Amino acid sequence: MLNIKDLKAEIDGKKILKGLNLEIKPGETHAIMGVNGSGKSTLANVLGGREEYEVTGGSVEFLGQNLLDLDPEERAREGLFLAFQYPVELPGVLISYFLRTAYNAIREHRGEAPMPVREFSKLIQEKAKLLELNPELLQRSVNEGFSGGEKKRNEIFQMALLEPKLCILDETDSGLDIDALQVVSSGVNTLREQDPERSFLVITHYQRLLNYIVPDYVHVMIDGRIVKSGGKELALELEEKGYSSFQQSLAS
Amino acid sequence: MTSDTETLENFTQQEYKYGFTVDIEADELPVGLNEEIIAALSAKKDEPKFMLDWRLKAYRKWLEMKSPTWAFVDFEEIDYQSIKYYSAPKKKPELKSLDQVDPKLLETYERLGIPLEEQKRLAGVAVDAVFDSVSIATTYKEELKNAGVIFCSISEAIKEHPELVKKYLGSVVPYTDNYFATLNSAVFSDGTFVYVPKGVKCPLELSTYFRINAQNTGQFERTLIIADEDSSVSYLEGCTAPMRDENQLHAAVVELVALKGAQIKYSTIQNWYPGDKEGKGGIYNFVTKRGVAEENAKISWTQVETGSAITWKYPSCILKGDNSVGEFYSVAITNNKQQADTGTKMIHIGKNTKSTIISKGISAGNAQNSYRGLVKVLRGADNARNFSQCDSMLMGDRCGAHTFPYIEVDNPTAQIEHEATTSKIGEDQLFYCNQRGISTEDAIGMIVHGFCKEVLNELPMEFALEARQLLAISLEGSVG
Repeated sequence: MLNIKDLKAEIDGKKILKGLNLEIKPGETHAIMGVNGSGKSTLANVLGGREEYEVTGGSVEFLGQNLLDLDPEERAREGLFLAFQYPVELPGVLISYFLRTAYNAIREHRGEAPMPVREFSKLIQEKAKLLELNPELLQRSVNEGFSGGEKKRNEIFQMALLEPKLCILDETDSGLDIDALQVVSSGVNTLREQDPERSFLVITHYQRLLNYIVPDYVHVMIDGRIVKSGGKELALELEEKGYSSFQQSLAS
Repeated sequence: MTSDTETLENFTQQEYKYGFTVDIEADELPVGLNEEIIAALSAKKDEPKFMLDWRLKAYRKWLEMKSPTWAFVDFEEIDYQSIKYYSAPKKKPELKSLDQVDPKLLETYERLGIPLEEQKRLAGVAVDAVFDSVSIATTYKEELKNAGVIFCSISEAIKEHPELVKKYLGSVVPYTDNYFATLNSAVFSDGTFVYVPKGVKCPLELSTYFRINAQNTGQFERTLIIADEDSSVSYLEGCTAPMRDENQLHAAVVELVALKGAQIKYSTIQNWYPGDKEGKGGIYNFVTKRGVAEENAKISWTQVETGSAITWKYPSCILKGDNSVGEFYSVAITNNKQQADTGTKMIHIGKNTKSTIISKGISAGNAQNSYRGLVKVLRGADNARNFSQCDSMLMGDRCGAHTFPYIEVDNPTAQIEHEATTSKIGEDQLFYCNQRGISTEDAIGMIVHGFCKEVLNELPMEFALEARQLLAISLEGSVG
């Protein structure tokens, strides 16, 4: 699915990723944990194709293609989805219109005809139920005036609609109360069950989220590199000992 | 991998799609401006004496005036002696059907995407097409006539309805008003006249397409719309112009008279040639638009301004009668080297008068976009209320957005609210859209449309789609 080799990236001349390696196979769920500033979000943005980040070395292969050669919209159409840590507001742009444009762009990319408006409106109603998303939100502008929880739920809702092959969740748990966290997690878990080939990369600061979205692998990221990998129990170890123990072992 | 910035640059480099000229023999006066030219112009149009006298008074006043310099625009001095003040397509018989129209003219309309044949079928839209200076074809006249609505060229109105013209022409924008309006009063070529009688709801949306064509012809439209007591009318003007090298002056005057209980909705879609990327050759659009609202009357201006090298335009409402209402909804887009200084004036005279201003300025490339607005509450205007919202959007870092709000209040019971925001089409927003599979082009269109929505919603339905397409074309613009 995704194969990252010795990835180096910087922003405004500041080196952030310093040789990162990661392989995700179809159907796997990986979690990356790390403190603020370790480069977790940079990794998500680089994979998404954000222009401000400059890749200075290494390679990323996604479904047999060189991911770094693709524009962000091409990556999305190929099935890479990034659930944002801070979803932006698009004032005046209705969610339903926004999503139909996205959905049909992906269909077009696959050589399929655009979905008629009525059929599409049925589809989003169904998907909204899955995320317990208030259907009234669909008549509003994208993320405008949404609470933090609504924004995150909207991200997972879009993920459910666009049915990507690889889902990257960038600190989806930040700012969520326990109820919202459960709803979001159960949405993600449904997506995992739906397609056994679908892969997930869950980026988080806290172990809490991983109680709900149980990963196959956990990686600890420090200073732009993955310093330790293991099973789900690694997250618990981290929770117990804290990141500092890893930092110290790295320094020594 | 092409960057967003690159895509946006490509957008900016899109050429104006409607730039072409068609050869049509023009019956015209020599270049230059003096009393003889004005007399000849008036004679060519077969005008009654009161009209010539009015023109000459205006001309003499104009000679004493100076071109205004207060607007935030920059251009070379205009040589008024090098302009032709009259030009009419030569073959001009009385036309009863489109078959009689010069085929070349029809071709022009077709290339502009406004074939009259189709418009005839377009339900609910009556079209008075102004080609250069003289009205050529008027449709739907019968239906309007049955309702008692007069919808004709101003030249025709001067001859057929001199009493109405005499009474109202210059009643809102006097011939002494300002440099460009005074010039217009002296040399106006043609334009539209509308009269809606008492208690009549005009059964059709009225619409005029303007087009500047003959080389060197300044176009001086004069529009006069009178809505008699308790009547209502909706009017739309829209225009495109051919590409050319020298700047073209356009100094129009629009006067709206809304008598007791009347409502006038005036919408503009303006897409004149903005000049090339260096700003060369675009239209100078110096327009005076103003309406007077009597008791319980309402005047609503909606404009979508995307064209012209320079726009200098402040559609205004004089809220003279008690309980009268004024509205101004505006989208102004400037790209490349375009300059726009536009806004409105709301003058509250009557009691309980209300005004709303929603202005959306979008600036891209090296363009400068200014909102300039005046809200004035006179001493007798008890309980006057105004709400103003001026939002600017910047695309890239070489353009500018400016807001110049003036508020003058002489009555302590007035309530004035002013909100202003400036935003940038963010890389964040574009990336978010891209990450959902949406192309940068579609993303810009979507974000800009969302930004302008409150204004676009005010347009008559028939034209909403047209406006949306126009936004997309003009903003085949830039972000950085």
